[in-house]
Amino acid sequence: MQEELLELREDIASGIDSGKLRTDEMVLNMGPQHPSTHGVLRLELVLDGEVVVKIIPHLGYLHRCFEKHAEAMTYPQVIPYCDRMDYLAAMNNDHGYALAVERLMDIQVPERVEYIRVIMAELQRIASHLVAIGTFGMDIGAFTPFLYCFRDREFILDIFEKTCGARLLYNYIWIGGLSHDVYDGFEKDVMQFIKAFRPTITEVNNLLNYNKVFIERCASIGVLPPDVGISFGCSGPMLRGSGVDFDLRRDDPYSIYDRFEWDVIVGDGSAGTLGDCWDRHMVRVKEMEESCKIIEQAIAGLPEGDISEAIPKRVRPLAGEIYTRVENPRGELGYYIISDGKGNPFRVKVRAPGFVNLSVIDAISRGCLVADLVAILGSIDIVLGEVDR
Amino acid sequence: MEALLQDLLGENLLTTIVYCSLPLVFILVYALLAILGEVKISAWMQDRLGPMRTGPWGIIQPLADVLKLLQKEDTTPGTANKPLYNLAAFLPFMASYATFAVLPFSSEYVGADLNLGAFYLIAVSSIAVVGIIMAGWSSNNKYSLYGAVRSAAQIISYEVPAAMAVLIIVLFVGSLNLSDITVAQEGGFWNWFVFGGPKGEVTLADGGVISASWANIVYFPLFGATFLIYYVAGLAETNRTPFDIPEAESELVSGYHTEYSGMKFAMFFMAEYANMFVVSAVAVILFFGGWQSPYGTTIGDLAGIRWLGAVEEFGWFTVKGLFFVFVMIWLRWTLPRLRVDQLMHVCWKVLIPATFAIALVVGALVLVV
Repeated sequence: MQEELLELREDIASGIDSGKLRTDEMVLNMGPQHPSTHGVLRLELVLDGEVVVKIIPHLGYLHRCFEKHAEAMTYPQVIPYCDRMDYLAAMNNDHGYALAVERLMDIQVPERVEYIRVIMAELQRIASHLVAIGTFGMDIGAFTPFLYCFRDREFILDIFEKTCGARLLYNYIWIGGLSHDVYDGFEKDVMQFIKAFRPTITEVNNLLNYNKVFIERCASIGVLPPDVGISFGCSGPMLRGSGVDFDLRRDDPYSIYDRFEWDVIVGDGSAGTLGDCWDRHMVRVKEMEESCKIIEQAIAGLPEGDISEAIPKRVRPLAGEIYTRVENPRGELGYYIISDGKGNPFRVKVRAPGFVNLSVIDAISRGCLVADLVAILGSIDIVLGEVDR
Repeated sequence: MEALLQDLLGENLLTTIVYCSLPLVFILVYALLAILGEVKISAWMQDRLGPMRTGPWGIIQPLADVLKLLQKEDTTPGTANKPLYNLAAFLPFMASYATFAVLPFSSEYVGADLNLGAFYLIAVSSIAVVGIIMAGWSSNNKYSLYGAVRSAAQIISYEVPAAMAVLIIVLFVGSLNLSDITVAQEGGFWNWFVFGGPKGEVTLADGGVISASWANIVYFPLFGATFLIYYVAGLAETNRTPFDIPEAESELVSGYHTEYSGMKFAMFFMAEYANMFVVSAVAVILFFGGWQSPYGTTIGDLAGIRWLGAVEEFGWFTVKGLFFVFVMIWLRWTLPRLRVDQLMHVCWKVLIPATFAIALVVGALVLVV
């Protein structure tokens, strides 16, 4: 007994962990029904006191066989299913799918369609980031910024509703065109929104992002080193938060993104370590401003024209395959489509950014506290519809 | 007050029961108001309207909430330890109700004017922790257990700076009696301890005299800091944001009362709100003159109507207490939550050394001056 105590004391003094100080481990089931798993994710946590020893994510609670469904549908019929993958960024999902099929069929879409698509995609990006920022604040315990974010998101949803009748799942971006042209006064509404929205960014910055308590909770927590991020295949704000300057809108330009002036935001580690929760969060906050810039330029350059002239009567691509990737609010969304020349795709494989980003959680959260794990999960910004598909 | 009741009801057990139940009436009315305040203030802060359907501007929403809770099924987990589980729901409320006994609501109403009032208050309010640990342990739920352990660590830690802050004022006044502490601040708001204490001479009930001196200049910042420390520690003791770690919704679902439903949940809820008032009331008694009006006298006293004066004093006490409850609600909807280790850091490395340093200086000054 005496000897054991002496050994323990030496361990403590030298700071070496020989395993004797450890208490019993406990398994805690976090989810599938839990306030901060953002849906039906189940995390099996192995805990030593409050310290996370290991995380085993269990997926599939929201699996809806998207890929198998797609094989049974004609190409245009797949679009509503794309909406339902990442339901916070339905426009971006549709955009990616439509691009993939258009490239497969060599369709050139009219200028007006491209501009409207970009405006919609960027509005959707702002809406999605607003949810991410608000819910992240709520994970940390700040409730009020969440409602400020949702208040402004409503304006975007109103614009979408006026355009295509839906607020969440739009089926708006079609192969070769759009379901509807924008309504009269759309430009005015969008510009008005941007004018009203910019002060909100400042407001959320003051209330949440530069709050001492918030920074204490997020800085140097869940650090994702750039090399680890790249090797796991992370993308989007998750990867840019680690300082990797990579954005598909600039580096593999699709649609008309190469015509606009804007900056790719990367994390700088100014609050703590590069690649921590705060960096990922701030990349989203700053990206909203960049999206505003893109929208302003797109609205200024919006040409007249017919939006439905390139919509094919029969969508039946020649046999072949294509991989198309777009920058979703969560990262690189890829569609790999194989066509065998029939009216429905032979295979549709989706590379979901949320799924890939989530895979890194065990690597970056070992040794943190339960409260930190909630922060890390919030900063990854997953949408389970997309993770499980 | 007791004499008045005896006149009305005679000197019997009923009088005693009525006398003891008065704080309960106060708590119930206050809890309804505070819940309404919480939902409405949070709504205004967040660009919402809050409840609008129940009564004009939703003012009877708390009553509807209470009715809803009364009708709820009272579930007990199958694997729970039933006697402990049932008992635990009532302990936290019991503890905060017991502290109401020594709060001097006005010069005419103190439930029990104990000489050891401040000591009793600190001692009795600690019983809540027992209830919380019992609730967490007997629920047989891991989230509850985490909440209970966090809560115990938090409340016991923060009791140290809170008790030290009380002690600093007690050192100065030389009495643990809360009425004495209130009387020591008579004669206007400039005599409140948060502004450095009495500027003239005050005679206490037991004949002790406190007189002003050059040291008041030193007391002013010291007592101000003590107030802040007490209030922060009080926030932590009531498990309110930014210290709502034991019931951190995003981490532990709702902590130690995860498994409770219906009226048992309502008891925890009531205990939280009652505790908020106790902490605010003690802050008012120690630093903001208790039931003293800010201008030093009351209309009732000037007119020579004693009962009117007592009612006014009660009003001042309640208004000041409710103001600090409002500050708690304000903070809750503004600040994010701290992490467990940061919470402990604030307590043990900031608040406790600060209180000890202040106690040292105040003690020396009391000896010297």
